[in-house]
Amino acid sequence: MTDGWFAGVESGDEAAAAERIRTGRADGPEAWPQQAVDAGFASDEDDYYDQLHAATMTATRAAVAERETADDKQLVHAIRAMADCERTANELAERVAEWAGSRYGESGSGVDFARDVVEREPVDEGDVALQSLAERTVAVADEADDLRTYIEQTAPAVAPNLSALAGPVLAARLVSLAGGLESLAKQPSGTVQVLGAEDALFAHLRGGAPSPKHGIIFTHEYVSGTRPEERGSAARALAGKLSIAARVDHYSGDLRPDLEAELDERIERIRTRGGDGE
Amino acid sequence: MSLPDGVSRHDFDGTTSIATRGHPEYGERTDGEWRRWDPHRSKLGAMLELGMETGLTADQTTLYLGAAAGTTVSHVADFGGPTYAVEFAPRPTRDLLDVAERRSNLFPLLKDARKPETYAHVVEPVDVLVQDVATRGQGRVATLNRQFLADDGYLLAAIKARSEDVTADPEDVFDEVLADIDAAYDVVATERLTPYHDDHLGVVARPER
Repeated sequence: MTDGWFAGVESGDEAAAAERIRTGRADGPEAWPQQAVDAGFASDEDDYYDQLHAATMTATRAAVAERETADDKQLVHAIRAMADCERTANELAERVAEWAGSRYGESGSGVDFARDVVEREPVDEGDVALQSLAERTVAVADEADDLRTYIEQTAPAVAPNLSALAGPVLAARLVSLAGGLESLAKQPSGTVQVLGAEDALFAHLRGGAPSPKHGIIFTHEYVSGTRPEERGSAARALAGKLSIAARVDHYSGDLRPDLEAELDERIERIRTRGGDGE
Repeated sequence: MSLPDGVSRHDFDGTTSIATRGHPEYGERTDGEWRRWDPHRSKLGAMLELGMETGLTADQTTLYLGAAAGTTVSHVADFGGPTYAVEFAPRPTRDLLDVAERRSNLFPLLKDARKPETYAHVVEPVDVLVQDVATRGQGRVATLNRQFLADDGYLLAAIKARSEDVTADPEDVFDEVLADIDAAYDVVATERLTPYHDDHLGVVARPER
């Protein structure tokens, strides 16, 4: 019995063949064309390759359609889960610090302090309870790190240009805030610029408050690392390129290294000339 | 330098460049049935243009890892035999499907090059393994896919320094990836792909006996 993609498939049954292409497995390559002819699946080598072409086209077209609708949603779940884990770990770490302060009479803070607490030798039941909480705190923080690694691996596949310009994590945050890559691609760059600053934006729209210069893209070094009076220009330039990147990612998907070079150059000009001259 | 049959130097309005015969796919210049194989758009094209000895000949069976939108693999299928194109990202694969639609010897596969067991039931042993994957662990991808390559075959890889570590010196990154490749292959030649591609290393290797 062969592991080849044609195993158990009627010659000419394209749908069944495509399914086997998508889900089949083998330990290693074998002389599949010869095996298929020997098994009577194909009349000769040409017929084999014709059937393989039809099956791979059908299989890959279906797989692309499925992945395209699903991948950015997976990224959104992952980035939201990472934010939940980070926030929860920090809250629990505060609780651990407060509790530990009451028992050991010393203060520390953060997840690192919780890691410290885990390492100690328990003296009584109270120590055991506190350490158990500290262990879970550390585990949640570690989960956030694992999710970050997962996002760093998957975001470049979902949005290659956006990830190249923004970094995978910020790219994922933008996709999440917009509700998906398609909606991000359809938003004007002025909206991308203030994504994540909705409170400030609505305060401005109600009147009185100044318009926000940047939302979540503030975390990008090109905004936060630019001196305050030029940050608006930097944020506008960055948002412009990010929104082009999101459109390329959604509509074509090929990597355009030029975008990164253009952005680098523009930020350089803003930082050195003290304005973008628009 | 020796070009494979089916690949030829051709003059396009004053620019001499390598070219293949086939349907144009990415806005490259054409002249009759010839279309320019733009070395700025294709790392394998750059390796040929730079005169690296690739061992490519007409009608070879090829496994291409990291086919992306099909720019390079379209040329490979123009002069090669059965050509298996593996790509992991769905969006460029949409374009790859158009390229494959017009080439009956090009078989597109939406698969992860780090998981060869998911396409070993489709891909037969090949004469040439081309690798252009922009992922961390490029040396490992080459090693994992060694099983597809005939003993007298060639690995043609374009190693991207920035995929491994954007902050490290590219030379250090190349040394590390080459050390990985060395575990399963004998490296025959390496060459930087400048001026066509910055921070890329072209590698020609044969399976270790």
